[in-house]
Amino acid sequence: MTGQDTRHLPLEDLHQAAGGRFGAFAGWSMPLTYPPGVMKEHLHTREHAGLFDISHMKLFEVSGPGAIALLNRACPLDAGALEISQSKYTFFLNEAAGIIDDLIVTRLGDDRFMVVANAGNAVEDEKHLRALAAGFDARVDPLDRVFLAVQGPDAWAALARAGIETGSLLFMHGVEPRQNWFMSRSGYTGEDGFEIGLPEADARDLVAKLLGDERVQWIGLAARDSLRLEAGLCLHGQDLTPEIDPASAGLMWAIPKDIRASGHFIGADALRSIIERGPSQKRVGLKPDGRQPVRSGAALIDADGHPAGHVASGGFGPSAGHPVAMGYVNTALAKAGTKLFADVRGTKIPVDVTPLPFTPHRYRKG
Amino acid sequence: MAKTYFTEDHEWLRVDGGVATVGITDYAQEQLGDLVFVELPEIGRKLAKGDTAVVVESVKAASDVYAPVDGEITEANASLSADPSLVNSAATGDGWLWKMRLANESQLDSLMDEAAYKAHIG
Repeated sequence: MTGQDTRHLPLEDLHQAAGGRFGAFAGWSMPLTYPPGVMKEHLHTREHAGLFDISHMKLFEVSGPGAIALLNRACPLDAGALEISQSKYTFFLNEAAGIIDDLIVTRLGDDRFMVVANAGNAVEDEKHLRALAAGFDARVDPLDRVFLAVQGPDAWAALARAGIETGSLLFMHGVEPRQNWFMSRSGYTGEDGFEIGLPEADARDLVAKLLGDERVQWIGLAARDSLRLEAGLCLHGQDLTPEIDPASAGLMWAIPKDIRASGHFIGADALRSIIERGPSQKRVGLKPDGRQPVRSGAALIDADGHPAGHVASGGFGPSAGHPVAMGYVNTALAKAGTKLFADVRGTKIPVDVTPLPFTPHRYRKG
Repeated sequence: MAKTYFTEDHEWLRVDGGVATVGITDYAQEQLGDLVFVELPEIGRKLAKGDTAVVVESVKAASDVYAPVDGEITEANASLSADPSLVNSAATGDGWLWKMRLANESQLDSLMDEAAYKAHIG
């Protein structure tokens, strides 16, 4: 996706003024790095607070008397069991239980929900959800918002100084603090943090206030990727695809037990039979020996030289201080400590199957 | 006296006595971002112009660095194994990548001098 269809962030002028270096991602022109560079941006987020423009992601409001039933059909979810303001990580699955997208659903009211979807899948997601909604008494409204993430140990304090109190909001909860705002305590870095969808004028005002705080810096997409990879979080398109199911991805924790057993979501039958026979491959953390990164797509082989799987995401972990990766390996090889090799341009790099995350999560759960 | 040449692929060569020291330009290191690994070439390897000599890896991606001319590797910058960020901090100095004995010095004629390179990157 390049050329004339490239979409531009509403706050692009601010990123240009901040010295952002742009690149294409999921059909958008996105700031990849700012003058400090990916390494410093990454470490700044873990030490203080990073400000990310994630307006390429899409917010949908799903509402109406049939909203719960619609979401329970679209996702392996018990939407009616969510408390108001509670968020849940979930998926759209296809009939084969492959992951069309991973999303966060937040209950805003009795029959009102916010769905946050990935940029690359937003168009497909909307089509999918609208087609399903026709069978339910529910509306799907894509929202026109700037979407910002503030992530890191100082995120809450920086928001407080900017006039936004976050005190009672816990991890994986979301509220509407102002007209047309949506704020959740969640993120994609493994740190405490917030994601805020809001109108452009409000966003410009908030950004100015936040950047007036020395603890806050713009962080580009490159550091967003290294932060999420260290945190063991999946990127749809690499770690999750329509060919990968939640059991193989090690994401069954996102699906309540009774929903696994008796839910009527799309892909339920396929997922049940995958669980019954056990997934043939599993997602694992991979720690390469030495300093050379292994990248997405690299083949994995076992000690006997047999194919073992592939690297799904890989790069360098600035906080970990070494290369980090995730991949899919044959279930028999998924145990932590298993020694494998990644084929990098013909060189066999030793990699250890290792528990995720590489850097501990620091969520504010209570 | 050493003379410095530049390529369209953002490499520099400092040629002295038939041996070229090769690195990437400051512009190139800025584009790549923070380097975390440099895959150095074997000493004695013979390269034709355009062959991949070195792979530099940033946090996000791996990029090839090509042999700008024909020749044989005589030395690789071993200090990059311990500190690949030298390429970022001193691209045209301590961050050099390899040295090669030139096979065909006339190939230098097609390369740019500093003024032409500056015009090239705008």
